[in-house]
Amino acid sequence: MNVTPPLPKWADLVLLPLINLFAAFFVCGLIVLAIGENPFTALNVMIKGAFFYPESLGYTLYYTTNFIFTGLAVATAFHALMFNIGGEGQAYLGGLGAAVVALLFGPNLPMLIVLPLCILSSAAFGALWALIPGYLQAKRGSHIVITTIMFNFLASSLMVWLLAGPLMQQGQQSPQTVLFAESAQLPQMREVLGYFGFELANSPWNLSFFIALIALVVFYILIWKTRLGYEIRAVGKNQEAARYAGINVAKIIIIAMAISGAFAGLMATNEVLGVHNRVILNFTAGYGFTGIAVALMGRNHPIGIFLASLLFGALYQGGAELDFEFTSITREMVVLIQGMIILFSGALAYMFNPSLARLIARISAPKETTDG
Amino acid sequence: MADFMLQLLLTFDATLRLATPLILCAMAGIFSERSGIVDISLEGKLLTGAFVAAAITTLTGSPWLGLMAAICASVFMSMIHGFACITHRGDQVVSGLAINILASGLTIIIGIALFKKGGQTPALSSDERFRGIEWFGVNMMDNIPVIGTIYRQLISGHSLLVYAALLAVPLCAFILYRTRFGLRLRAVGEKPESVDSAGVSVAWLRYRALIIGGVFCGIAGAYLSISHGANFVREMSAGKGYIALAAVIFGNWRPIKAFYACLLFGFLDAATSRLQGVDIPLIGEIPIQLMLAIPYIVTVLLLAGFIGRPTPPAAIGVPYEK
Repeated sequence: MNVTPPLPKWADLVLLPLINLFAAFFVCGLIVLAIGENPFTALNVMIKGAFFYPESLGYTLYYTTNFIFTGLAVATAFHALMFNIGGEGQAYLGGLGAAVVALLFGPNLPMLIVLPLCILSSAAFGALWALIPGYLQAKRGSHIVITTIMFNFLASSLMVWLLAGPLMQQGQQSPQTVLFAESAQLPQMREVLGYFGFELANSPWNLSFFIALIALVVFYILIWKTRLGYEIRAVGKNQEAARYAGINVAKIIIIAMAISGAFAGLMATNEVLGVHNRVILNFTAGYGFTGIAVALMGRNHPIGIFLASLLFGALYQGGAELDFEFTSITREMVVLIQGMIILFSGALAYMFNPSLARLIARISAPKETTDG
Repeated sequence: MADFMLQLLLTFDATLRLATPLILCAMAGIFSERSGIVDISLEGKLLTGAFVAAAITTLTGSPWLGLMAAICASVFMSMIHGFACITHRGDQVVSGLAINILASGLTIIIGIALFKKGGQTPALSSDERFRGIEWFGVNMMDNIPVIGTIYRQLISGHSLLVYAALLAVPLCAFILYRTRFGLRLRAVGEKPESVDSAGVSVAWLRYRALIIGGVFCGIAGAYLSISHGANFVREMSAGKGYIALAAVIFGNWRPIKAFYACLLFGFLDAATSRLQGVDIPLIGEIPIQLMLAIPYIVTVLLLAGFIGRPTPPAAIGVPYEK
C-alpha cells in the first residue's frame, strides 16, 4: 500500500486551494487558447476591468456583496453537512420578502423603520424557503440536494406568477413590481462616502456591503463561538456522536438550514433594496450557484469566503469587460471559470493532495532525520 | 366530439415529443444512480449533447455525424464526472453541479467562437435533421375511422430518435434485470463490498454505467437541437435534465415506472401550452406556472414520503473505498 503522508496544515489551507485555483485557470486558459485568443490578454482585460477604471472597484464590490451572502448560505449548511443548492431560490424569495414590506409600509413609514423591516423580512423569507427542505430532510428523510433543487424551480415558478400577476406594476408589460418608495431604498455608497468627503465614481455599490461584512462576523461568532454553532458542527462531523451527546439532530439541521436560507435571502438587500429598488424577473442571475463555488474555495471560513467573494466579484466585473474588448470571448467565460473552480476546488479538491503531501514530505524529510 | 378527439390526439402526440428527451435522460439517470453515482449532471450532459449535435451537423451537414459527436461529447462529460467521483472519490453532487455549470459556459463560449451568433447555431435545413418518418400505409389507413387518425397522428410520423427513446426503455429494463452486467450494476449501487469481494471491479462497473448514461444523454441532446428543434439556442435544456431526475425518483429508480413518469411530465408540458389562457368551466384559468411546477411539487411530496415511499439505491452518493 502506498500510504500518503498527512498534509501540513498550512499547505492544506493555503497551498492546496491555490494549486486548485491555478489548475482551474490553467484549463480555462487552454480553452481560450483553443478559441484562438491570447489567455493573458484576456486576463489582463479582466483585471483592468475589475480594478483599474474609476467605477470598476465599486462594481466589483457590488458583486462581491452578493457572493458573500450566498457563500455564507452554502457554508452554514455545509457545517451541518447539508448541501444547500437552493441559495438561488432562497435569494429570490428574499426579494419577495423585501418587496412585501417595502410595498406595504414603504409609502407611509420613515426609512429608519422600513429598511430594517425590509432586511429582516428578506432574511425571514429566505429562511422559510430553506426551512421547508430542512424539515423534510430532518423529519421525513428526503434528500436535501434534490429538495433544494426542486425548490429553486418552485421559487422561480412562484415568482414568475407573482411578478406577472398580483405584483405586476399596473399598466406595464414587463414582469416586475413598482419602484419602491424612497424610504425602502438602501443608500448608495457614493452618497454615504460623498457625505464624508470622498468622491466615488458611479456604481451600484451600496450599503448592503456593510450588511454583508456584518454577516461575515455574525457567521464567525455563530459557528465557532456559540453553543448552537458547536452543535451545528457536531452534527456535521458525526450525526450519531452528536445524537449520543444529547443533541437534537433534527432540530439542528432545521435551524442550520433556516440560517443558511436567511443569509441567501439577505442577498436581496443588495439587488432589490440597493440596486433595482424593485423586484425584477431573475434578479438572482445565478449568484446563488456561485455561492457554492465561493464556499468551496473559501473552505467555509469567513476570511476564505470574503476572499473568494472578492475574487468572484472581480471575475464578474472583469468578465463584463470581455464583451467590449473581444468578439469571440464574452462574459460567459466567467461561468466557465466558475465551473472549473467548482470542479477543481470542490469535486477534485484532493486530487493533488497525495502528490503534494509526498513532495512536501520529501523536502522536509532530511531535517526530521537529523533531528532524530 | 371529433374535434375534441383530434385535440386529445394532438396533445398525446406532443406529449410523446416532449417526453422523448426526458425518457432518454431518465434512463441515463437510472443507470448512473443504480450504480451508486448521484447524477444531477443530466442537465449538463443534455445541454452539451444538444450543442455538439447542432454544431457538428452545421459544420458537416450530416445529422448522423452530429448525433455521434453529441454522444461522444456527452460521454466525455460523464467521464469527467467519473474521474472526479469514482477515481478521486470527490463529492458527487459538487461534481455534477460543476458539469452543469461547465456545460452552460462552454456551449455559449464555443458557440460564439464558432458561429458568431450570440451563442446560437445557424438554422439547419430539413435534410440536416432527423425528421418525422411516415410509416408504411398511413394514407391507406386514413380511410379507417379513429384507428387511421391514431395511426397517423400518434404512431407514425415521429423522428427516429423518438422511437429510439421508446426502445430504450425495454432495453434498459432488460439490461438491468436480465443480464449479468445489470445484476452486478444493481448490486454495486446497493452493496459495493459484495461486488468487490466477488472480484468484480466497482470502479469499472460504475464507469460503464456512466458511459451508458452519457450515450443516452447525448442522444437526448441531439434530439433537442437537430430533431425537435432546428438549431441550438442558449440554455436549450431548460431544466429538462432535472425533470428527468425527478422522473427517475418518481419512478423509484425503475425504467418502466420512470418512463410513465416521463410521459406524465411530458403530458403536463403539452397540456400547459394548450391550456394557456383557456377558461375551463368551474375551475377558471389555470396559471401555467402552476402546471409547470407540478413535476417539482410531486417530486418533493414523493421524496417526503407523502405519496408512497421512495427506495433509492442504498449506496448512492457514497464513494467506494476498499
